[in-house]
Amino acid sequence: MDTALPARVAPTTVAPAPWGRVRRSRHVANQALKIICTLFTILGATVLGWILLMLLYEGIGGLSPAVFTETTPGPGSQGGGIANALVGSLILTFLGIVVATPVGVLAGTYLAEYGKASKLAEIIRFVNDILLAAPSILIGLFVYMLMVQPMGGYSGWAGGVALAIIAVPVIVRTTEDMLRLVPGSLREAGAALGAPMSTVIIHISWKAARAGMVTGILLATARIAGETAPLLFTALNNNFWFNPTLMGGVSNLPVMIFQFALSPYENWRELAWAGALIITMSILALSVVARLLLRKDKAR
Amino acid sequence: MSTIALNTSSAIGNAAAADASAPVRIAVKDLNFYYGDFRSLKDISLDFYDRQVTALIGPSGCGKSTLLRTFNRIYSLYPEQRAEGQILLDGQNVLSPSVDVNELRARVGMVFQKPTPFPMSIYDNIAFGIKLYEKLSKSELDDRVEEALRKAALWDEAKDKLRQSGMGLSGGQQQRLCIARTIAQRPEVILLDEPTSALDPISTGKIEELIEQLRSEFTIVIVTHNMQQAARISQFTAFMYLGELVEFGPTTRMFMNPVKKQTQDYITGRFG
Repeated sequence: MDTALPARVAPTTVAPAPWGRVRRSRHVANQALKIICTLFTILGATVLGWILLMLLYEGIGGLSPAVFTETTPGPGSQGGGIANALVGSLILTFLGIVVATPVGVLAGTYLAEYGKASKLAEIIRFVNDILLAAPSILIGLFVYMLMVQPMGGYSGWAGGVALAIIAVPVIVRTTEDMLRLVPGSLREAGAALGAPMSTVIIHISWKAARAGMVTGILLATARIAGETAPLLFTALNNNFWFNPTLMGGVSNLPVMIFQFALSPYENWRELAWAGALIITMSILALSVVARLLLRKDKAR
Repeated sequence: MSTIALNTSSAIGNAAAADASAPVRIAVKDLNFYYGDFRSLKDISLDFYDRQVTALIGPSGCGKSTLLRTFNRIYSLYPEQRAEGQILLDGQNVLSPSVDVNELRARVGMVFQKPTPFPMSIYDNIAFGIKLYEKLSKSELDDRVEEALRKAALWDEAKDKLRQSGMGLSGGQQQRLCIARTIAQRPEVILLDEPTSALDPISTGKIEELIEQLRSEFTIVIVTHNMQQAARISQFTAFMYLGELVEFGPTTRMFMNPVKKQTQDYITGRFG
């Protein structure tokens, strides 16, 4: 049984390699790549920082209690706020996410738990990826034909549906990715206790993937909160308080910013900056919360 | 290698003697198993005795885990896998389509190689399986959870943190939690698929003691790579090789006087 030790190796007769074989050019190339990568990282970060600083500089000046309490001012009038746009945006984003979450979560669950590698699942994944990259203005046009024309006018409902269509593929993708991270052994363990597949999915897979799935929904919320193009054809905008039934134009931050920033009135432009700052900070806060959630889950 | 054989033989006789008069609990008849086109179990016929521990041993890929996974039809989660033949549990062929697979799994519990606590509290981990098949009041459920944890020798360690996540336990505790979860359902048979191969020696020892205690209530089938473990805890041993059952008998005889040369070679460590 004893495997014999290899016979002692004879001392090598090959001369050791001389020093100084690594050419200078190699060091230069090495340094050059490092410098180029660093420079471009700084460039990217600078642009981002610039945008944020400019937003803070221009936006903070426009912030005042009136911004949150008063409605958008008429042309030529003084002061005013963006209360109607803030509330409108909250409602539209909420509508979009409420419609998109069940669709996205259930479709993502189908792909991860039932469809897996089947033909149908592959097709859905492909279509979802296309939808993920679709120009958002097209989605606005689509909902215009689907809802605005038949209903005879712009509405918050159409805006919510347009935003939902943008959010769905994001939620489908993250839900599927997060469910696929749940180890198969956990599903087997659930099944081994005699739990039907639906129970395993709801009580085990979803529970295990919960933080990641919520993160996906938060990121989708951040994504649609700033969308402008799909709202142009659907919710349009409203410079007054919108109808509580959400029929007719519904004021919202992105389109308000678009209109006010291009206006000749000083107070309109200030409000546009304030709106841009508020929307950016909200998205930033959502992203931070999403990341914290995910990190907390990983630590567990 | 000779040391392994020595250790194995010193372990023999630690477990209670095989009771050949025990009634048959599971009767496997002409079982064949396929992964797609590949036939991984070949005409297996084998009896498992009531409230005895039967160890399935053999080299990697011999089909011992596959055989175990037919008893609760867990393989049927994967569409490309299928079993043909008969597995009679108390006279009922569990492979028959008329047997509800979830009802079967509540009767035939299973513990896996890697501990698989669910992402919920210790209490809920155990209540999960009970609640699937029984409607109990809160206090009845509390009693059942405590009973299961006591039987799994986890009560003293877990009683003060029942509401904490099961994922926070150590590996050995997690595995005992999985055993508690399984016995909480009061199954007839418990399948153990290399339950200690991911654990340290002390945790392994606790699980082995536990198996010895559980034998009074449950029929146990254990797949193990560790022959000393098979010798220590089982009453019967089945040796498998390349999808076939080579030899089956009381553990003591299998280790002291194996009939087939292959069995002897494997047990003495000459291959595998």
